[in-house]
Amino acid sequence: MAKVTIDGHTIEVPTGTTILEAARMIGGPIVPPAMCYYSKLKTTGGYCRTCIVKVSKGSEKDPRPMPKPVASCRTTVMDGMEVQNITSPDLLEARAGVVEFLLLNHPLDCPICDQAGECHLQDLGYENGKSKTRYEFDRREFEPIEIGDKIKLHMKRCIHCFRCVKLAEQLTPERFQGMLNRGDHSEISTYIKHAIDNEFSGNMIDVCPVGALTDKTFRFKSRVWFVNPEDAHRNCSKCAGKARIWLKGEEVLRVTARKDKYGEAIDWICNECRFDKKKTSDWVIEKPTHIDRHSVISMNHYESLKDLKQDVDKQQKQLVNKKVNLGQGALNPNNSI
Amino acid sequence: MGRQLLIDNINQTGIHTLEGYRTYGGYQALEKALRMKPEDIVAEVQKSGLRGRGGAGFPTGMKWSFIAKPPGVPRHLVCNADESEPGTFKDRYLMQRKPHLLIEGMIISSFALGANLSYIYIRGEMMAQFHILQNAIDEAYAAGLLGKNILNSGFDLDLHVHCGAGAYICGEETALIESLEGKRGNPRIKPPFPAVSGVWDRPTVVNNVETIAAVVPVINISGEEYAKIGIGKSTGTKLISACGHINKPGVYEIELGVPVEEFIYSENYCGGIKDGRKLKAVVAGGSSVPILPAELILKTAKGEPRLMSYESLGDGGFATGTMLGSGGFIVMDESTSVVKNLFNFTRFYHHESCGQCSPCREGTGWMEKILRKILDGRGTIADIDLLWDIQGKIEGKTICPLGEAAAWPVAAAIRHFRPEFEEYVKNPQNIKDVKHYYRLNNLQEA
Repeated sequence: MAKVTIDGHTIEVPTGTTILEAARMIGGPIVPPAMCYYSKLKTTGGYCRTCIVKVSKGSEKDPRPMPKPVASCRTTVMDGMEVQNITSPDLLEARAGVVEFLLLNHPLDCPICDQAGECHLQDLGYENGKSKTRYEFDRREFEPIEIGDKIKLHMKRCIHCFRCVKLAEQLTPERFQGMLNRGDHSEISTYIKHAIDNEFSGNMIDVCPVGALTDKTFRFKSRVWFVNPEDAHRNCSKCAGKARIWLKGEEVLRVTARKDKYGEAIDWICNECRFDKKKTSDWVIEKPTHIDRHSVISMNHYESLKDLKQDVDKQQKQLVNKKVNLGQGALNPNNSI
Repeated sequence: MGRQLLIDNINQTGIHTLEGYRTYGGYQALEKALRMKPEDIVAEVQKSGLRGRGGAGFPTGMKWSFIAKPPGVPRHLVCNADESEPGTFKDRYLMQRKPHLLIEGMIISSFALGANLSYIYIRGEMMAQFHILQNAIDEAYAAGLLGKNILNSGFDLDLHVHCGAGAYICGEETALIESLEGKRGNPRIKPPFPAVSGVWDRPTVVNNVETIAAVVPVINISGEEYAKIGIGKSTGTKLISACGHINKPGVYEIELGVPVEEFIYSENYCGGIKDGRKLKAVVAGGSSVPILPAELILKTAKGEPRLMSYESLGDGGFATGTMLGSGGFIVMDESTSVVKNLFNFTRFYHHESCGQCSPCREGTGWMEKILRKILDGRGTIADIDLLWDIQGKIEGKTICPLGEAAAWPVAAAIRHFRPEFEEYVKNPQNIKDVKHYYRLNNLQEA
């Protein structure tokens, strides 16, 4: 066991736990965002650098701070380690820099992107980004590629998280896709437009944090915040059959895996469940999905609205307090403001 | 001239052959080493104070002592001959002229580390040197210096020279290992470090060509004797590949601690600046180390003469100092444009970025575009500040040191030569760039 303190919250975790996992055990706003790490897939993480944290104390034995920010998804905790995430302004500045890099060549075509509303990059952008870009050059362009008859790849939206590559390596019998070229012209692609065709290939749509891989049976059908997610199941010979169906009226617009609050699939589902079972009668509906992600998609839910109301109230109160403080400061003749 | 331990007799005819190398005392260190215990060789290297010659300057003996030794698991030694840092060409020279020095060093080092299978990973562009090394290895096998039971010592070693496909990033040790395993040369995320899990997931030491070659004189003259050469913690000799506006460009072996001024102006080394012009700036250790203006490279901020050593060049941190790096000594005279030079470096790093992690993938391309804009005379003062900001956001946030290598030159050029950037912005009509006209008018160059 190792004791680790993240932003003042101390927790004891098994040896070998990563900083990010420890932070997720604590929960709340101190959890670093992660675009490429996926707890269900091995060797993911370390690429996007959004989860960087500052280690202000290495361990009990060696208390020296680490010289550079580290990727929390790939760094294991040491006993007595002290980590700063949201309490370090330098780190937040560095993270904002990473977000800026991620958005640099991103087309920002959210209005026509199917991922909008459940896009991690969108959320990350709202949380850390600035409203204006400092990039004035042409953005990277790629033609969309059809990979198989059910999936479409929009490379220009890709942030090179490698989740789809790792998924293909670990979940499906063969991996057809990989990275071509180098540097900022690198792209995820299949070998000479090879179709990706296997029973679990659809899961790469779920692991994609952005709108690069989209479900062709759902493309342009509806914005996600107009559809109602419901947890449902069916008897499937290939997978657990536990899925999330997205309903508009009586119509099943799409089927995805159930996801936890960090957007990670709980159970992988097969392509038959995902692409072919599009009737309400195919499914046994359990309950409406509870979404606790801070995102546009959760705005349909009363619970979230309640939270939001509290949030707004809190912020307003703070604002009022600030004004009062400022007012007093201004009135005070000893204050040089 | 100081002592020469690596490039002595390098111009003798036939030294590239086994016979010729033996005539000048070759493989004596190997015979001596095979009579020693492996841990004594490691101790000898530790005593010598030899530091990694590839750029970082990490003590070699300490690196060797870190290698994990789980029972029953083979260990490997990999020689990093992927020398691709702009300005550095010392290893190529050494491998071309004295391939057996490297092979002898490889056998001794493998013996010290207990490795029975070792590799030399050579850069794809160095095809000529690849063949020279391969011939030398064949000779060594025929003479019983490689293979089973080397010189009746009971030690077996197979040595392979592996040719890369020509990527700068494969000089980073974990990318090199990936490439050696036959994969795409992407740096691995550390930990685990190669000393625990390297080639084929086995404990591995990766050393630069010059480091491994320097093990031979360490054994020959003993570690204590080697430590007497040099100054302070910078012991021994170092190959410096000098290029740029100097009268005598080439590879020089110096005893660490030679004053920079002497190195540039002495007839024994660079022979002064070409055409009697004035020194403007020096990139002291390959393109990725910070550039220093003349007054800071000759004297430290405290006014002491700067020496060619790890400590003295690093004096003052990055504010007023630089690094010895890999020894790629690029001298620029007063006619050089630092902005154009920086553009050239940045273009290189943009081209060589592997594309795994976001700051380096996006940042290097962005910096290149901004520099091109400034060179075209379309830049603004805000662009210079933006460059400064971008380099700060790349540095230290990346998987491997390529991010830093791309950020440091930009930071140093702006830190020391900001007025020159401003001149490009304020008076674009003064830019004398042939390509400028073509780029501005979107024309293909002839």
